[in-house]
Amino acid sequence: MEHVASAVPAWALLAYLVSGVLFILALRGLSSPETSRAGNRYGMIGMGLAVATTLATHEIASLPEIAAAIILGGGVGFVVARRIAMTAMPQLVAAFHSLVGLAAVLVAAAAFLNPQAFGIAGADGEIFAVSRVEMGLGIAIGAITFSGSVIAFLKLNGNMSGAPILLPLRHVINLGTLVGILGLIAWFTLEPSPDAWIFWTVTGLAFLIGFLLIIPIGGADMPVVVSMLNSYSGWAAAAMGFTLQNTAMIITGALVGSSGAILSYIMCRAMNRSFISVIAGGFGAEAGPAGAAAAIDRPWKRGSAEDAAFLMQNAEKVIIVPGYGMAVAQAQHVLREMGDKLKHQGVDVRYAIHPVAGRMPGHMNVLLAEANVPYDEVFELEDINTDFGQADVAFVIGANDVTNPAAKTDTSSPIYGMPVLDVEKAKTVLFIKRSMGGVGYAGVDNELFYRDNTMMLLADAKKMVEEIVKAMD
Amino acid sequence: MDFISILSIFVMACFVGYYVVWSVTPALHTPLMAVTNAISSVIIVGALIAALAAGSGLAKWLGLVAVALASVNIFGGFAVTQRMLAMYKKKEKKG
Repeated sequence: MEHVASAVPAWALLAYLVSGVLFILALRGLSSPETSRAGNRYGMIGMGLAVATTLATHEIASLPEIAAAIILGGGVGFVVARRIAMTAMPQLVAAFHSLVGLAAVLVAAAAFLNPQAFGIAGADGEIFAVSRVEMGLGIAIGAITFSGSVIAFLKLNGNMSGAPILLPLRHVINLGTLVGILGLIAWFTLEPSPDAWIFWTVTGLAFLIGFLLIIPIGGADMPVVVSMLNSYSGWAAAAMGFTLQNTAMIITGALVGSSGAILSYIMCRAMNRSFISVIAGGFGAEAGPAGAAAAIDRPWKRGSAEDAAFLMQNAEKVIIVPGYGMAVAQAQHVLREMGDKLKHQGVDVRYAIHPVAGRMPGHMNVLLAEANVPYDEVFELEDINTDFGQADVAFVIGANDVTNPAAKTDTSSPIYGMPVLDVEKAKTVLFIKRSMGGVGYAGVDNELFYRDNTMMLLADAKKMVEEIVKAMD
Repeated sequence: MDFISILSIFVMACFVGYYVVWSVTPALHTPLMAVTNAISSVIIVGALIAALAAGSGLAKWLGLVAVALASVNIFGGFAVTQRMLAMYKKKEKKG
């Protein structure tokens, strides 16, 4: 009983193609919130179809074990998905990425150990050369995705410091490991009957480089890292799709791979940094001391919750600028309450989101949606930035670097050139911050604090907003 | 299928992916990541083949573990996406 890939019946090939198309529709649905829910259902149908097709076209020898594995895994996934707090979404996504990576590694290892089952070996039991490249790349990308995502998870979840960890000679070590991996894959492919140790060494080195690549990257660069790992998990699936000659896997891999790549690009652009410099890591570590020292002795104004409430209640237009600090303080619900109060008094309230606010793309949007803020009150940087000039109050909660006017004027600033929200153009800026001591993630002092039209509200974000809401009664 | 036809599908799918993803609204970038997570677990197809096959016992067990891991992602990914998408609401129309 041989399952040679070319012997897959035509209807099954068609079914895999259909499931690939359904996955495209799943992503297409996300072009607007109204169509997104239908899109998600297409994705589920596509997945069901792919699994059913695989089961139908293979001799089913171990159904109970497989059913148990699906029920066990599916149950865990489902419960976690139901219970997870929305603020923990970045870690959850990183954890999910690591599982895709590990699954790819296991599938590639299984294909290597039992090539006949995958139809990728000749009569002599040797795996075809083309399959060996695909497999080698698949296991390497899968392993990088796994170990990289584990580190990203630990950093996002707070089990590991978000500060960049810089090893001496790290660029040399990384490049050497990378060259080693590629060289071994080439050897594994070109050698007529390669030894197994080459394959396993590739796997080991790939695990290592995934780990080394992510440890030097700091917390605020996480949106790029999470997107990048998303992309890798796609390429790993695509590489395995090549090995299995499976269209559903290839289409999906290509979709996910480009999705992650585009998100990384959007995140890098929003920070005005090159992808290479993010990957090289260490941002924020070097800039720290110089920026912090310059800070202290300048005059600034401190406001109270009552001042803030008064200013906003007498405003016509208020723009709220949330950042990672809002997520940390879990202030989104009370913030929406504040917004509602203002709206009832006829104030125009809108939210402005910087693309890299938070720890993953779209992080702030999800939190605001969770707090029942209608999505048509939430605007992206380019859609709202010109409106700050007409706003009476810009209310900055938990954001810092993305509001720093120095990015536009100070060529020596590490964040120079980064697109920022023009909050200083509003008549008054209310800026919630824990204390005057700390600087933003980039380690630079924020010009905004010392402006005449800025009022600092020094407190925990959630507590401050709660007090403002109370003061509004 | 020969290598070139597979490669053609892959290249075309990259282009489709490029255009589809650029049309995703930035507000839904987090659900995008969650759902891409779920669909990239279509790698379960490979895991099932390994788990179903007779022959190497170790390969079968690796396949089974991969089936379980991919299932975590499939069920978790789609469920969490659905949960997030259900939260995106429009402004209620004023009387």
